[in-house]
Amino acid sequence: MATVLVIAEQAKGVLKKASFNALGAGQDLAKRLGGAQVHALVIGQGVGDAAKQLAESANAVHVADGAAFANPLAETHAAAAIAAAKAISATHIVIVASTYGKDMAPRVAARLGAGIASDVLSFTGEGNVHFKRAMWAGNAVATVEVTTAIKVVTIRGTEFPAGAKGLNGSVAALAADGGAPKTKFLEFNEVKSARPELTEARVVVSGGRGTKGDFKPIEQLADVLGAAVGASRAVCDAGWQPNDLQVGQTGKVVAPQLYIAAGSSGAIQHLAGMKGSKTIVAVNKDPEAPIFQVADYGLVDDLFKALPQLSEAAAKLK
Amino acid sequence: MKILVTIKRVEDYESKIKVKPDNTWIVTDGVNYRANPFDEIAVEEALRLRDANMPSEVIAVSAGPAAAATEIRSALAMGADKGILIKHDGWLDSDAVARLLQTLIEREKPDLVLMGKQAVDVDDNVTGQLLADYLGYGQATFASKKESLESAEEKAKKPGIKLAADKKSAQVAREVDGGLEVLEVQLPAIVTVDLRLNVPRYASLPNIMKAKKKPVEELTPAALGVDVTPKVKVLKVEPPPARAAGIKVPDVATLVNKLHSEAKVI
Ligand SMILES: Cc1cc2nc3c(=O)[nH]c(=O)nc-3n(C[C@H](O)[C@H](O)[C@H](O)COP(=O)(O)OP(=O)(O)OC[C@H]3O[C@@H](n4cnc5c(N)ncnc54)[C@H](O)[C@@H]3O)c2cc1C
Repeated sequence: MATVLVIAEQAKGVLKKASFNALGAGQDLAKRLGGAQVHALVIGQGVGDAAKQLAESANAVHVADGAAFANPLAETHAAAAIAAAKAISATHIVIVASTYGKDMAPRVAARLGAGIASDVLSFTGEGNVHFKRAMWAGNAVATVEVTTAIKVVTIRGTEFPAGAKGLNGSVAALAADGGAPKTKFLEFNEVKSARPELTEARVVVSGGRGTKGDFKPIEQLADVLGAAVGASRAVCDAGWQPNDLQVGQTGKVVAPQLYIAAGSSGAIQHLAGMKGSKTIVAVNKDPEAPIFQVADYGLVDDLFKALPQLSEAAAKLK
Repeated sequence: MKILVTIKRVEDYESKIKVKPDNTWIVTDGVNYRANPFDEIAVEEALRLRDANMPSEVIAVSAGPAAAATEIRSALAMGADKGILIKHDGWLDSDAVARLLQTLIEREKPDLVLMGKQAVDVDDNVTGQLLADYLGYGQATFASKKESLESAEEKAKKPGIKLAADKKSAQVAREVDGGLEVLEVQLPAIVTVDLRLNVPRYASLPNIMKAKKKPVEELTPAALGVDVTPKVKVLKVEPPPARAAGIKVPDVATLVNKLHSEAKVI
């Protein structure tokens, strides 16, 4: 009998929004497996409320709560996930392909003798379910089969709807300790921002090297639109904006309703992180820039001229 | 100190990647190959750590076709001391690579293993973590540093990974969602590197010549006693869904109008 275990992600006891997409993916998978049970697991310290919230979309919730799990160490969190997977004989383990999920999921797979499909975009088939995932910076989409009895899947949160509610599963503490980790958490230098989080925002305004490091026009437009700010690798490498804002193949993948790219050429590695956006706007001085090939609306103009005009006009709409 | 660093032969990210008409793989004819860019950052870090902690040695390892000897030579030309090529033609999934490396590491017993966080062909981002668990090691993935790539530390080619004085542990800054996390990891450990750990050096001509004389050991999965039957099989490769062609708008007023009344996103 198939059983799906969805591992949620939280920070300071608050669930990440993508955890609900992981539940959606888990439910999708369970249906394809002929009506498997969906269990959820949350690991951390002070995660009782998060567990209750997960219970709405899962048949059962397991909670590994304690000081050993206070920091998101791959070793300790994988130990809890392995304990939960064994306790319920999970056949499929699902987690978001965030840095948290990418860090710990392979350790879970290794210990359970499972194969792992990473950054999965969708599932195909029933019974023997296969996984679609991007390769070569999104230049190709592969369908992969995981041949082991237990399968670990990290999913791209933006590609799955949030899980349905109304399951109201029971919540129970998991008997797990973090083992004896060989890593120690020292500090977390959080990038604080009043703007919405990049992967969760409805609108993203992103800047490239064309900004020459001056993000004022980007930020002004973001504030008018209630948007998150994103950046290309060139911008993060130069130290103009925090690394955390990099959108792309090796940064964050976003899929907002509206993505405005200003002063980015549209390198394939950047496109890999934003091609799934509903509407794409490009502002670039160079009419030949590849970004125009994916833009729904392209404006050939200087961003320092166009963005302030755009901010002004958008503000008037409100 | 003994540092093992991995280097994968991948399609050049500047080559045009096209899917084969029979949907089995990508077209490889006419595609250039090179070392995975993340692995070059790993090699650079290994060299900086070696040079700051002499006597030390850097071993560059690749699993792949015979042609991957080229990428090992490129690591040797950057300055690595010796190479090991685990020859295998055809598909090796990340799990098979992790198990090959596990066996090799049990033989070589390095103090530190540096790897790219992902290879830009399959974009898996799992091999280092699988390997860490198979070996029972700690891991620090997505290694970066607090200093920027424009900083004095980078210009002075200082290692971004900070070894403890007793060389029994290292401090690693990691690029994670929401910021930069710093971990202390006991050695031996697996560290996978991200883009902003360093800027890799170019090999100089004399070093390219010298690299030709450096030793490269050739092995096979069979010689290591590792079964490389994949746990993950690629069934089909397709082109990504195309986006419908867009339009160019003449001015900001038209753009705002379209976004408001056509796309209805503002
Ligand atoms: C292994 C690897 C991984 C990578 N991962 C990523 C990734 O995750 N994300 C990512 O973004 N990149 C990534 N890259 C880098 C990518 O290949 C490009 O180098 C990068 O995206 C370029 O950034 P850019 O578009 O800002 O800069 P450029 O390519 O330099 O483009 C700048 C653009 O700004 C325009 N411009 C200049 N001035 C103005 C102005 N005043 N007004 C309007 N337009 C102007 C120019 O016409 C130009 O098109 C990766 C590369 C490698 C090798």
